[in-house]
Amino acid sequence: MSNCHDGCDSSRREFLSGTLKLAGGAVVTVIGGSALASSGGSPASTGAPGGTAYDWNEHLWAYLIDTTKCIGCGSCARACKAENDVPDGFYRTWIERYVVGTEESHVDAPNGGMEGFPPVQVGFAANKSFFVPKICNHCRATPCTQVCPVGASYRTKDGAVLVDGESCIGCGYCVQACPYGSRFIHPATHTASKCTWCYHRITKGLKPACVTVCPTQARQFGDLKKDGDPIRAVIEHDRVQILQGHLLTEPQCYYTHLDKEVR
Amino acid sequence: MPEISGFAFPNDIHVTWSLMIVMYPYITGFVAGSFIVTSLYHLFGRQEFKPVARLAMATSFAFLLVASLPLQLHLGQPQRGPFVIVTPNFTSAMAGFGILYSFYMLVLVLELWFVWRTEIIERARRSRGVKRAFYAALALGTYDTSAEAVEIDHKAISILAGIGLPAACMLHGYVGFIFGAIKANPWWSTPLMPVIFLLSAAVSGIALLILLYQVYAKLDRRPVVASCVQALASWLWFFLILTITLEELELIVMAYEKSESWLIISELLTTRLSFSYVTMQMIVGGLIPLILLAVVVLMNRYLHEKVRNTLATVAALLTLIQVFSMRWNIVIGGQLLSKSLRGLRSPYEPEIFGREGVLVAIALFVAPFVILWVFDRVLGIQEPEGGGHGSPGTGDATPGAAVAGHAP
Repeated sequence: MSNCHDGCDSSRREFLSGTLKLAGGAVVTVIGGSALASSGGSPASTGAPGGTAYDWNEHLWAYLIDTTKCIGCGSCARACKAENDVPDGFYRTWIERYVVGTEESHVDAPNGGMEGFPPVQVGFAANKSFFVPKICNHCRATPCTQVCPVGASYRTKDGAVLVDGESCIGCGYCVQACPYGSRFIHPATHTASKCTWCYHRITKGLKPACVTVCPTQARQFGDLKKDGDPIRAVIEHDRVQILQGHLLTEPQCYYTHLDKEVR
Repeated sequence: MPEISGFAFPNDIHVTWSLMIVMYPYITGFVAGSFIVTSLYHLFGRQEFKPVARLAMATSFAFLLVASLPLQLHLGQPQRGPFVIVTPNFTSAMAGFGILYSFYMLVLVLELWFVWRTEIIERARRSRGVKRAFYAALALGTYDTSAEAVEIDHKAISILAGIGLPAACMLHGYVGFIFGAIKANPWWSTPLMPVIFLLSAAVSGIALLILLYQVYAKLDRRPVVASCVQALASWLWFFLILTITLEELELIVMAYEKSESWLIISELLTTRLSFSYVTMQMIVGGLIPLILLAVVVLMNRYLHEKVRNTLATVAALLTLIQVFSMRWNIVIGGQLLSKSLRGLRSPYEPEIFGREGVLVAIALFVAPFVILWVFDRVLGIQEPEGGGHGSPGTGDATPGAAVAGHAP
């Protein structure tokens, strides 16, 4: 895959590269390196850091979660925290554990599942148990950008819902409007913060940090505009589910094998 | 760390909208409510409200001046607050605030000016030096208090009151809309929300005027007019019945439908909000004033003036608590409930000293009364008795006539 075109915007390139260096640091190097190694690509061929351009008209990103593959190791949440400098007590992604019986169910996510899950005793006969990774759904008809009074929350042409920290007034309306609890007010910047699908990485041809580190490929990331993309194929041809579909937010984070208990 | 019962989405344990967002609708409610009272006289010609008509208008103005402060204090980046007006995103319910607020402010200030115009001119005539210059500036250079000019004032007041009433209702109904239009939160998301907010604004405005009228009459050494208290109490009763009925209907429908969220909302109301909802909003602030006001309204002819005043005052005080509890239960209650609909966080306790703390909230509530006091010193809230301040050249256009003359 090559993202480079003539007439690349060098200032954007520098900005992205700078952001990558600043925000990512060593973690990016480690995670990014392993991602490239596993895919057998080189930075040049994947459009990774170092001289490529990115055209958001050519991509439409989507996220796919197979809940049967998640083992609750918490690597994704840890990688996200390291990659994006997520403050303690707040989460851009987390994992929920469900223990479900006929009459009752138990759900928890201790520290967002970041350190994995300690054994749990429930006071009922459990029939099944599973983990569900959660992340911003980057909804197509998202209420969070609708309610932003200054337009600081917006959806990019390639499908990511982002926050412009320079113009966010910190009113918190988007936090209230998100049905999934994906947003929070950052305690240091006092502006809205959320998952960006690691926008600084995906625009370099890398995958989001959580996808990269997932040892079971429970989390996958694909491009709905790319021919032959395996994630696109699943979303287009298999039975996929979304969270809280009745709210008509059109999530772009899809699930397979989602249980009725999950909201 | 707050305690969680059940399961909350990890980011849902933070109460993002603080005490300031409780104060915002509370204060805005007085703006709209007081304006409804002043309109009953200025627009609908209800003579029994004449003794409080000017007080109500000044009260609406005093609260309007502080209405945007709680929002400003709440913002994470307060210096960017003006962005809402300069670069609004019109799909946002919140972006309309600047427009509605400015529009209502404009209408109210114009109406105030017309109502107090002859008063201002008289004060200018009576004063000397800087004081005279100040009142002359307020009079905007016109000193015409002829019968024709006063007639024009009356017309202007009627038109402005006619625009002001829907503007005030919009301003507060809109506050309810901010909450009612959030589909993510089942405790907020109902089309009844703007209506409930508006009705409770009327309740809080009338209740506040009952209290202010008693206090003002004492300070000004004027008799409390029984028919005015009686009328205020009747309307308070009426609006309180409507408010509580709608507040309960919302719950009854939710419960009867066995809606998805009812399980968690019923738990919220009976555990986390049992004091603020059941005790304060429903019983102390709801049922008791309903009974007291029923006594005032239904047994009017048997009541001694002091008993009527006391009953109405106590009922008014309790309904002010009811409305504050309602604001609290909506704003804070909605955030104790996780959007997972599986859990509740422990009750929110506001900080005492911070920017969004209890002391600032008290200061915000007290500030309008200070503004009212200043207003009274500068312009005089009540019209001079019998138009006694008339000076040569004012003809029959006493300030009292400026207010009352046009009323049918």
